[in-house]
Amino acid sequence: MQERLSLDFEKPILELEKKISDMRDFAAGANIDMNGEIISIQTKMNKLREEIFSSLTRWQKVQLSRHPRRPHSSDYIELMTADYMELHGDRCFADDKALVGGFAKIDGKPVLIIGQQKGRDTKQKLYRNFGMMHPEGYRKALRLFRLAEKFEKPIVILIDTPGAFPGIGAEERGQAEAIAKNIREMSVLKVPIIIIIIGEGASGGALGLGIGDRIYMLEYSWYSVISPEGCAAILWRDAAMAPQAAEALKLTSEDLLELGIVDKIIKEPPGGAHNDYKEMAGNLKKEIIETLTELEKVPVDELLQKRLEKFRGMGVYREQEE
Amino acid sequence: MEWFKKAKDGLTRQEKKEIPDGLWSKCSSCGEIIYTRQLESNFWVCPNCKYHFRITSRKYIKIILDKGELEEYDANLESMDPLKFKDSKKYTDRIKAAQAKSGLKDAVICGIGLIDSIKVSFAIMDFDFIGGSMGSVVGEKIARAIERAIRHDMPLIIVSCSGGARMQESILSLMQMAKTSALLAVLAEKKLPYLSVLTNPTTAGVMASYASLGDVIIAEPKALLGFAGPRVIQQTIGQDLPPGFQSSEFFLEKGFLDKIVDRSQLRDTIILLLKYFQR
Repeated sequence: MQERLSLDFEKPILELEKKISDMRDFAAGANIDMNGEIISIQTKMNKLREEIFSSLTRWQKVQLSRHPRRPHSSDYIELMTADYMELHGDRCFADDKALVGGFAKIDGKPVLIIGQQKGRDTKQKLYRNFGMMHPEGYRKALRLFRLAEKFEKPIVILIDTPGAFPGIGAEERGQAEAIAKNIREMSVLKVPIIIIIIGEGASGGALGLGIGDRIYMLEYSWYSVISPEGCAAILWRDAAMAPQAAEALKLTSEDLLELGIVDKIIKEPPGGAHNDYKEMAGNLKKEIIETLTELEKVPVDELLQKRLEKFRGMGVYREQEE
Repeated sequence: MEWFKKAKDGLTRQEKKEIPDGLWSKCSSCGEIIYTRQLESNFWVCPNCKYHFRITSRKYIKIILDKGELEEYDANLESMDPLKFKDSKKYTDRIKAAQAKSGLKDAVICGIGLIDSIKVSFAIMDFDFIGGSMGSVVGEKIARAIERAIRHDMPLIIVSCSGGARMQESILSLMQMAKTSALLAVLAEKKLPYLSVLTNPTTAGVMASYASLGDVIIAEPKALLGFAGPRVIQQTIGQDLPPGFQSSEFFLEKGFLDKIVDRSQLRDTIILLLKYFQR
């Protein structure tokens, strides 16, 4: 199972992991003490992992963001919140299954938490449309945002999408309009908004839920104007050039911190979020609580002014004097 | 088989007759050959089939604004290639080539103009510059055009023509959607009119931000509009797209446009709308 659901560059680490577990089993069965050997392999494994993970390419980080065992929005909601009540539908057309959300308590504080949702097995993946939202998803989100605004509850948004869905129905129902409207309306929502990219942040599909007071990224997540495959298909005319496109797009959490787009990188457990859901959710929860406490002190006018200034200031250009 | 052989002598290569460049234009829809002067006086619309030729931003200024004049602002903004982007070509080389081809610094011209003596903040995109794509410069200039409207209490008109956000500036391009749309929320609070004019094509990042946010949205006939490109949709769903899919007419039918307007009527339509919105 682990073997199948792993990335190539993880394999040497997993081999050592298996060796350790085999030795444990053997030691227990034969009733002999092998702790010394086990510890030495563990040290070796940790060192190897550190080596591999300290020099990951951008493409490898993209692969980690899509890891088959990577925690999804629903995992974080379950691990971080209490009394979660999911709410459904956009009151116009449908309930988009690629987006989950509702009210919940984080450390006792009521919040609206929503997230783009992917599936684990084939059936679930199809049910969740691979985390690709339709217009009704963006409208469902906006409906919930307004609800949060009305009852003065802060908003936590988890982003994890390979893009907004490109399909006939999506166009017919105004994918572009739904995203544009969300971007505009979120910029003036009168409650604190925290955005966290937990996996993939592709294009308008991500930005349609991406306006807030703080933008955080998990260490091995990415955020870009287009997916590496999409970029490669257009600029290189070959989707197989995705690794090169990933390099060119500068889409990792480190890149975006450097470009001043995101406010913070949230550390992942050794080897990535999938290695320890609890630790990852714990790290994330801690950041959310701290940020909420901080943002709740800011008067609404100031909050909105700073939110506007945050996005107003994004962009790099040169201006020559006449 | 003598008669299939080309006689070596007798036929000599003739020099192509020199036709002054641009004297005649061929309609890319019906193939009609049109005298260019006639085409120009017809707003660059084929008199035979009404095909709207894609035209430059400068030509739109002539068609829409009083005396065909725009007082241009922010003309000196230029892209900086912050990501050192390179695919088959360097981004800096693409910019240089686009500047040489279009005579523009980037893909939008902004300024203040008069329409029937009404002062407006005006922005017009240009497809000749890397497909009218929006990077930091386009986003910043549009943002300033919105702020200019707010500062001077003027209506805002944006004529869009764009394939979307510019890939070569990656996340910075994406964030221009946020920057412009957030400022449009401020414009809306000031109750200043914003007319969005869509021309062929207006898609992806531009369509999913300011182009879709007009108080009134009008489009030229048969423009390609939408979020995802037709090829991407076709690949995703694995079947042919219905005829007319993602055209202006399609989006009018689906309720995402107020009106389709022939280019010859564009100026008059804008004037009438501006007058209705005057307080």
